[in-house]
Amino acid sequence: MSFLRLALAHFRVGAMNELQYRVNFFIQVVQALLALTTGLVGLWLVFSQTEDLAGWRPAELLAVMGVHILMGGVVQMFIQPNMTRLMEDVRKGTLDYALTKPADAQTMVSIREVRIWSMVDVLTGAIVLGVSVTQLEHRVGFGDAAGFAIALVLGAVMIYCFWLILTTGAFRLVNVENILELFSGIYQAGRWPVGIYPGWMRGGLTFLVPVAFAVTVPAESLTSRLTTGTLVTAVVFTAVLVGVTRIVWRIGLRHYTGASA
Amino acid sequence: MTDMVRFYLGWGRLAILEQLQYRVANYFYMIGMIAEPVIYLVVWRTVAEARGGVVGGFAADELAAYYVVWTLVRNMNIVLTPHAWEDRIRSGELAVDLLRPVHPLHRDLAYFAGWKVVAILMWLPIAAVLTWVFRPALDPTVTQIALFAVALWGGFLIRFFALWTLGLITFWTTRVQALFEMYFTAELLLSGRLVPLSLMPDWVQTVAGLLPFKWAFQFPIETLIGRLGTGEILRGIGMQALWTVIGLGATAVVWRRSLRRFTAVGG
Repeated sequence: MSFLRLALAHFRVGAMNELQYRVNFFIQVVQALLALTTGLVGLWLVFSQTEDLAGWRPAELLAVMGVHILMGGVVQMFIQPNMTRLMEDVRKGTLDYALTKPADAQTMVSIREVRIWSMVDVLTGAIVLGVSVTQLEHRVGFGDAAGFAIALVLGAVMIYCFWLILTTGAFRLVNVENILELFSGIYQAGRWPVGIYPGWMRGGLTFLVPVAFAVTVPAESLTSRLTTGTLVTAVVFTAVLVGVTRIVWRIGLRHYTGASA
Repeated sequence: MTDMVRFYLGWGRLAILEQLQYRVANYFYMIGMIAEPVIYLVVWRTVAEARGGVVGGFAADELAAYYVVWTLVRNMNIVLTPHAWEDRIRSGELAVDLLRPVHPLHRDLAYFAGWKVVAILMWLPIAAVLTWVFRPALDPTVTQIALFAVALWGGFLIRFFALWTLGLITFWTTRVQALFEMYFTAELLLSGRLVPLSLMPDWVQTVAGLLPFKWAFQFPIETLIGRLGTGEILRGIGMQALWTVIGLGATAVVWRRSLRRFTAVGG
């Protein structure tokens, strides 16, 4: 319970902070619209040449795009800002402030920052998803919807783990801007179902950078392609990843020496 | 004149030495960038296969050639971001630059040109890997390679002047980000970066021919992958020269006006 209260308090402070910068909201809207336009143009170009892409029909790919935008929004709202802050704190030595708090350190560094304007992306993704669902040839059943919700949460958790592992590894390696660049590049791959990529890339997009689990799997559920096996794999992989992340974080922390803030 | 040559060589060499030190950072950046063309390539190869092998006049291995050369052209296209001006003005860096006897444009141009030498060197292994993985249909003649080298730097110049001028808008308003984003979106769609323009409707291709974007991006790619005759290539290089001159002119005019709006605080 105390975790929720803590997260909520941070969320409120972060929101009030960002609400001061209204222009950022405007910029975010413009960016979201431009990204949406580019995405739609891409889809339209593909489907002006062919009727289905590796078995995916237009409305189904629209669903993939919706999940991609939505998940991207979640990452930018909650995960990325916290990881950037963590990296900065390590560099400046100000991480000490988070570590000396009585709450669990991993929890603390993961909930400190919120970029509420990225809500725009979450909403855009949700709208695209809504539109795509009305265009689908079959009805989305209760099982599909439930699978979608579960897969979405699991996907977000996996991306969080992936980021925290990279950031912790980068305690002493590269600066976070490069990781950010790398992640946003690879994340773009999720705009299309991972099934279209050659085998070795599919492996990387599934288990190295969990784009497949975060985007394709939820979309598969909405379009009634999801098998129980995939969902079980996602659950198991998430559990393993959460455990590994915890261990990596502990090791990283042991090597951290405050640089006297 | 010889002073200017020495100035350019000096800054160019400095950029090369500096960037060679940041090999890992440069590679991270380049690898992140490569995801983009690889995604396009996979999507369009899938489409080509669904259509029986060809899409927009491109066979699968020709698409591969397009997007492999894409990676080099994209690297050459990276110039001073227009966002840099915000920082230069706010930090007072510009005030210091203005005290120097040489126009700041020269330093930027020399520095980025030097960096490009490093980018090309570092691109070679990436190209080798991409070629091995995607098997592009690349078999340029010596003439094509020579003309490609010219077109590549032509593209660099067009984009350098365009973005330098675009960045100067920062002197008038601080809310430039949305504007820049619009510019980059138009560029993405109309330069051949998202897809070869032959996949676009005819009217888009007509519009694209009248704008500079395509000449900085798709044109250099096409010179190397053998889709243009020598005559077309020479005409294209003419277009590049035209857009470079236009860009240079715009830079000169806007720069003089923006300086009038500049007041330094501290520095």
